[in-house]
Amino acid sequence: MNVHAQFTQASQGKPTHSRNKKKIRFSPARLGLYAFLLFASAFFLLPLYVMLVTSFKTMDEIRASSIFAIPMAATLKPWIEAWSSACTGLECGGLRVGFWNSVQIVVPSVIVSVLIGALNGYALSLWKPRYGNLVFGILMMGIFVPAQVMMVPLVRMLSTLGLFGSLPALVLVHTIFGMPIMTLLFRNYFQSVPDELFKAARIDGGGFWRIFFSVMLPMSTPMLIVATIMQVTGIWNDYLMGLIFGSADTAPMTVQLNNIVNSAFGERAYNVNMAATILTSAVPLFVYLISGRWFVRGIASGAVKG
Amino acid sequence: MTSRIQKTQPRRVNVWLHIALLPMLISALVAYLTSTLWTIGLSFTASRMFPNSRFVGWAQYERLFDNERWSLALNNLMIYAIGAIVLCTLLGFLLAVFIDQKIRGESLFRTVFLYPYAMSMVVTGLVWQWILNPEQGIQAFMHSVGFTEFNFNWIVSQEMVMGCIILAAVWQGSGFIMALILAALRGVDAEIWKAASIDGIPVWRTYISVVLPMIKGTVITALTLQIIGSIKVYDMVIAMTRGGPGLASEVPAKFILDNIGLRSNLGQASAAATVLLVTVVALVVPYYFYLKHQKAKTGGQH
Repeated sequence: MNVHAQFTQASQGKPTHSRNKKKIRFSPARLGLYAFLLFASAFFLLPLYVMLVTSFKTMDEIRASSIFAIPMAATLKPWIEAWSSACTGLECGGLRVGFWNSVQIVVPSVIVSVLIGALNGYALSLWKPRYGNLVFGILMMGIFVPAQVMMVPLVRMLSTLGLFGSLPALVLVHTIFGMPIMTLLFRNYFQSVPDELFKAARIDGGGFWRIFFSVMLPMSTPMLIVATIMQVTGIWNDYLMGLIFGSADTAPMTVQLNNIVNSAFGERAYNVNMAATILTSAVPLFVYLISGRWFVRGIASGAVKG
Repeated sequence: MTSRIQKTQPRRVNVWLHIALLPMLISALVAYLTSTLWTIGLSFTASRMFPNSRFVGWAQYERLFDNERWSLALNNLMIYAIGAIVLCTLLGFLLAVFIDQKIRGESLFRTVFLYPYAMSMVVTGLVWQWILNPEQGIQAFMHSVGFTEFNFNWIVSQEMVMGCIILAAVWQGSGFIMALILAALRGVDAEIWKAASIDGIPVWRTYISVVLPMIKGTVITALTLQIIGSIKVYDMVIAMTRGGPGLASEVPAKFILDNIGLRSNLGQASAAATVLLVTVVALVVPYYFYLKHQKAKTGGQH
């Protein structure tokens, strides 16, 4: 399946096929088309709009006005509260605690998992170890099998190692659970490297690491970008691993967000909650908006299994 | 010549190869294989808070399928999977086809349809929880503008709560399906369109009878990914309803984690996890053979 080529066309935004050579004129059908697209856009944008307007309202205004109303007396207080003083149970340090935890989790996890994925893909598709296919096959099960299946033994193993609940444990778990897809991406990528290139590098005396770092890794820059985007958004948005393998001190932003919203006492501060959800999605949204076609390319290459 | 080169320096190089692959070997053999077998093993024991090795045969499975909560979880998963997959696929397909009509502002529309996919399930659940809140969300808005009969309290209704979770999933995931299908549509040979228009076949007819069979592979991939993804559904339920009202939105992934944690019943959790594992394997194996079959047909290219 040549999704890369398909995507390249899709990403250019200009359809390459000339379906009808006539200039497209406005007709009832095209009007209907735009109506549908605009209606769909409204559906997709509605939650973002609601989040934004709610986050700038005071609680009095939320009680008095409708969920869609524009804030009359916009305030930044909910944002400040969400960031620095919102409570999760008894602790009131705001989301910033989770934000820094997430940064500390995401940065090493992404670097380690992308590099290991690239290394695995390189070794599997170019050096072809005898046990390669078997081990890769076992790893591929990891793409499909729910994490719950492996959870209890992994918790026991990490406890035995004395790592359970720590940041290194989370980095390790993200590396393990990201390995199947990362390895798959790079294995497919390096399989398209011409054999002659690899042979030439070996004849020139390049060793295993030399060929990897000076030839293959620089060559795979597009895949490195795609993989990094996938891992940054994926790990930032993770909830399950943070919940199970993290502790109160290492909980990532998503876990903290859910605690702020769902375990608060008394009346719910919807404005603070919505500011908190925007803050939590800020990083992946930013990555999505600046990466554009790379993000889509990740979808396309991640979806091609086998 | 090549064989000689390989013979002159195999040892040094091969050692590095195996060392480099150690993380993968350990992950595959320990984290995936051993853990999975361990869980299957635990499902035949009477483990409570800590694993023990008192063998109880199939008792955990018998108890599991007598457990109403588990049946409810499975039932909800079926509703969720069918509802979310059908709606996501239909909406994703429609959006892709409409975007493929040489429209203005194509990239803006694409950005709008896909951005929810960058958001986490937790965020998705929390936002929709707020919008669907009957006292302050859409229902309250409709009441305030005069439609006092308007009734949209699914999120607090035992019968309809799964509908809310499906709605949020469709919002989050349709853009992903759109992106996949759009990529496939752009790969369809332009000649097809010329031929169809010369033969006077209407565009919608061409999509259904000609293009859809051509992008069948992508559609099957999209369906498989969605089935596998829906079996894992957890975060969104926790954020949106915490499994409620009552137990009305209980799902298997949550059942398993509750038995590991709150209910301290590792044996039961392991049996439930094994059932999910078997389900996933039963779904993946046919897909794997389908891919193999496709590869054989296209002469091994990918």
